Amino acid sequence: MDLLDNLALGFSEALAVHNVLFCLLGVALGTAVGVLPGIGPTASIALLLPLTFGFDDPVSAIIMLAGIYYGAQYGGSTTAILLNIPGESSSAVTAIDGHPMARQGRAGVALAAAALGSFFAGIVGTFVLAAAAGPLAAAALTFGSAEMFAVVVLGLVASIALASGSALKALAMIVLGILLGTIGQDLYTAVPRFTFGVRELWDGLSFVSVAVAVFGIAEILKNLHDPRTRVRVAAKVENLWPTREDRRRMVGPVLRATGLGSVLGVLPGGGHVLAAYGAYAVEKRVSRRPQEFGRGAIEGVTGPESANNAAAQTSFVPLLALGLPAHPVMALLLSALIIQGIQPGPGVMTAQPELVWGLIASMFIGNLLLVVLNLPLIRMWVKLLDVPYSVMFPAIIAFACIGTYAIDQNPFHVLVMAVLGVGGFVLVRCGCEPAPLLLGFVLGPLLENHLRRALLISHGDPTVFVTRPISGVLLGLAVVALVIAVLPMIRRKRDVVFAEED
Amino acid sequence: MTPAGPRKVAAYLGALAGLSLTLAACSSGSDPASYPDDDIEVVVPFAAGGPTDTVTRMIAEPMAEELGVQLVVQNVEGAGGTVGAGQVATEDPDGYTVLMHHIGMSTAPALYGEDLAYDPVEDFRTVGLVTEVPMTIIARSDFEPDTFEDFVSYVQENESEVTMATAGEGAASDLCGRLLTSAIGVEVTVVPYDGTGPAMEDLVGRQVDFMCDQTTNTTGQITEGTVKAYAVTTPERIESLPDLPTTAESGQPDVEVSVWHGLYVPAETPDEVVEQLTSALQTALADQSVIDQMAELGTTPVEADRATPEAHTELLTEQIATWSDVIGSQGG
Repeated sequence: MDLLDNLALGFSEALAVHNVLFCLLGVALGTAVGVLPGIGPTASIALLLPLTFGFDDPVSAIIMLAGIYYGAQYGGSTTAILLNIPGESSSAVTAIDGHPMARQGRAGVALAAAALGSFFAGIVGTFVLAAAAGPLAAAALTFGSAEMFAVVVLGLVASIALASGSALKALAMIVLGILLGTIGQDLYTAVPRFTFGVRELWDGLSFVSVAVAVFGIAEILKNLHDPRTRVRVAAKVENLWPTREDRRRMVGPVLRATGLGSVLGVLPGGGHVLAAYGAYAVEKRVSRRPQEFGRGAIEGVTGPESANNAAAQTSFVPLLALGLPAHPVMALLLSALIIQGIQPGPGVMTAQPELVWGLIASMFIGNLLLVVLNLPLIRMWVKLLDVPYSVMFPAIIAFACIGTYAIDQNPFHVLVMAVLGVGGFVLVRCGCEPAPLLLGFVLGPLLENHLRRALLISHGDPTVFVTRPISGVLLGLAVVALVIAVLPMIRRKRDVVFAEED
Repeated sequence: MTPAGPRKVAAYLGALAGLSLTLAACSSGSDPASYPDDDIEVVVPFAAGGPTDTVTRMIAEPMAEELGVQLVVQNVEGAGGTVGAGQVATEDPDGYTVLMHHIGMSTAPALYGEDLAYDPVEDFRTVGLVTEVPMTIIARSDFEPDTFEDFVSYVQENESEVTMATAGEGAASDLCGRLLTSAIGVEVTVVPYDGTGPAMEDLVGRQVDFMCDQTTNTTGQITEGTVKAYAVTTPERIESLPDLPTTAESGQPDVEVSVWHGLYVPAETPDEVVEQLTSALQTALADQSVIDQMAELGTTPVEADRATPEAHTELLTEQIATWSDVIGSQGG
């Protein structure tokens, strides 16, 4: 069988001692990068790229750089759970239930659930990549901007589920997030929007400043404002390992999220960004305990974490099968290949089988290394919660400032974070949640870009969204999802009315 | 290529942990006689992994060897490369901050006018030209015309129907597209993307009709036949794609454009420092591994006599005039 031969070839490359070490180095660095906000995988891969020029073997270079990327998806959940500071866009979702779990003394369980879910999803995602990269890539190419617009709409509609409180407030937060996302130079006309003459705003607000502000800083302000919420978290650490009940509740989410993440990861134009948000929405929808979401439901941690890791693996599909970099990290890996003298293109898989299959095999090894690396660290991370608030708060703020400054060594981002942090606190006081805001901020630009691009390509004809079959079906699903979401609300209102009449 | 020494590894790990913040502060050696005695920062005003970034990283290694210090590549993206260039313009003119910029250095005045915070000629000194990357005119694999002549007449007849992908305003593909459409006298629908990768993805996926982009991005797809190639925009055919005719051969001599890359330092940088950088650049361009790597991308390093401040200043001034005509005529 071809697949087995190819995998055998891959493992013979990836299991070479030096390649295992580079893989370990990559995933360990990735974990660190994921933990530190502001230093994203793109920046760190760019920084380490020159180091790989000296490598004799292009496989080693690519194994290490890829390890940084998917390793960062593991590490990103750590600060989200412990400190409510999401380091990467995908881990913002993990914070919604992960941090409440930590506050209930279940930080260890949340971290373990994230690590185990990620491990399973990473392995499955890699397997999907190995078995079906070619056909998947071909299918992904049929997704144009009309289809991507429909996917994002479906994602946004489903995500009203992200809110645990009022749906109206969630909607308002999504819209506010979308508006924040429009700041900066317009892609189509190069006109700066909402920049008020501030040069630094031309490139828009950075995700890290927004996320750290509305989650981390707002959380600290809330705690300082109301001393009663300042409970010592670690005082009641129950257990570090998921209980039998926890494990039972993890199985469904892991399986569903892995499937969803694998599919979304392949899509062009930012599909991988949707994975974590989509998985959260799905889990809340299918759960028999939706009221627990937002208050420490383990499904809300395992789902997004699994989806996000599966997507990280399958987002290699366009690169390996077609030589097309779907996002900046993939572009960097492509550039590493070029510098190693490998002509990128759709022929890479046949021309350089040992490279492609070596990389795929190394992902199995890397995911295993990651779980081995991360599980023992949990004990240490949880200890961090013993630190008293008088030390912890200044430390988090310092950490947040360094992280936002590090985005591109510009103090402007720190200022943005400070302003948005106060704004975020006001919103929290008004009972609005930060997660839908961040969702709007991340998906808003995707929504706008794909909408406008689809209309440009159709020469202004809006019917493309329904006449193109995939886009039509997806938008139909979005309408159904909206009806399902609204119906119970109407019924509940009616029940309330009836109850009052009785 | 030498294997990475432990000092170098330590340096990068340190940088990763946030110590890179202090790099700028440490580069204080301002005595031109001892230049260089510290790491040199090379600012690339575009995303890591893009063509300009790739070219920079190719020459950074041999230049570092020649100068005896590290060259640290910094990507300062945004606003068509003007953010990074603007930043370098205001740096200390001590040779420890160098700018690598492409053709956009000459188009920025026409594109941004009053909004441009610097003057590409007055605020910089040129170190030298690095390479000229040829452009290719490519289309989705099922686009009707088969030759460049057919393409031109097809686009002229169906201009309201045809869509052209670009990697965003001011990107190389945008400039080449403007030149091509103005040369053949058409106005097509321009579809900008956020970078070359996504644009290429939609072209391979047959969502848009055509694009004009650098061989660094297109050669692999052309040789595999996932896109249709019509012509290369250089005076001569290129080695990596010998079957591809030139635009001049196909009756469009006006469509001659290449994405040149050059090195710059802030205006007040002393002569001794510029001389050292120019000589290191010339050594790097003669390096066999650089020649080989560039060949993979369908380009070549420029001859030593063009990698000089004089020759490059001449090219830059001439290009600023050319592009102000092309862009000005289309209303920016």
